[in-house]
Amino acid sequence: MAQTSRTDETELIAGLRRGETRAFEMVVRQYGPRLLASGRRILRDQSLAEDCVQETFIKAFERLDGFEGRAKFGTWLHSIMVNQALMKLRKLRPDKHETIDDLMPQFDADSCRIEAPWSHLATPHEMLEEEQTRRLVQSHIEQLPETYCIVLQLRDIQEFNTETVSEMLNISQGAVKVRLHRARSALKTLLEPLLRGETMS
Amino acid sequence: MTMLATRLKRKLKGAMLKWLPGMLTCVQFEDFLIEYMEGDLPQRQRTVFEFHIRICRECREYMAAYKRTIEVTGRAYGNGAAPVPDEVPEDLVQAILAARRG
Ligand SMILES: [Zn+2]
Repeated sequence: MAQTSRTDETELIAGLRRGETRAFEMVVRQYGPRLLASGRRILRDQSLAEDCVQETFIKAFERLDGFEGRAKFGTWLHSIMVNQALMKLRKLRPDKHETIDDLMPQFDADSCRIEAPWSHLATPHEMLEEEQTRRLVQSHIEQLPETYCIVLQLRDIQEFNTETVSEMLNISQGAVKVRLHRARSALKTLLEPLLRGETMS
Repeated sequence: MTMLATRLKRKLKGAMLKWLPGMLTCVQFEDFLIEYMEGDLPQRQRTVFEFHIRICRECREYMAAYKRTIEVTGRAYGNGAAPVPDEVPEDLVQAILAARRG
């Protein structure tokens, strides 16, 4: 999809502010596909993602005054979508981990890491080729608390950069990195039996 | 190795990493890890960080598993970025516009 230039964007937003129906329609057609694709990734469901996109545009149109032009318009829309998706996720998955503190790396009293020796480290192919283990990997990602799940989604799955993610989540870049690191560390602990090639059966 | 010998060895390692110049403890290594992964670590700290990888089996293996976790996460739902549809379903467009008109 072609990147909207800054001037197109400015004109479009001016049109929205004047309440032009054509501008609203253009915005939905232009930014909708990307929002829908991203929402579907986060929610794993087409109709939930469509609901989410609809709510996003309605919220965005109501709150146009809140768009200050610091972020790109697309990123701003995305941040609204992510918030809507997070609320849905909270209702959808009540069986999530409450906290990830006990999944963090371990150190002894002398500040040395405690890490059992690795004799085998499974490849992504080994871990994902079979439906059953792939599902298991996905469910571990999805069972992380939403704030961590979302940062993995945006950074490691959808591959947005830290700056964009910080704008989407409305937190500092430092906070994005801290969350990302904790999310990866927790997931590494959860995936450890699979990574070590210990069979489930 | 006996339990005692293992504990002694770890104590020694801990002291060495803590007191020798140009060394990081594993806890400090952990604090730098995300900056290193993001490529945000200044050259001098990067050298110190990479030296720790060479001398510490635990952190070296931890980091390999951490990196593998990132790879696996990225491919857990299929390769690459999400496919972006060319357009949103027409009934969704109309629903959004209708909702705005309220
Ligand atoms: Zn170490």
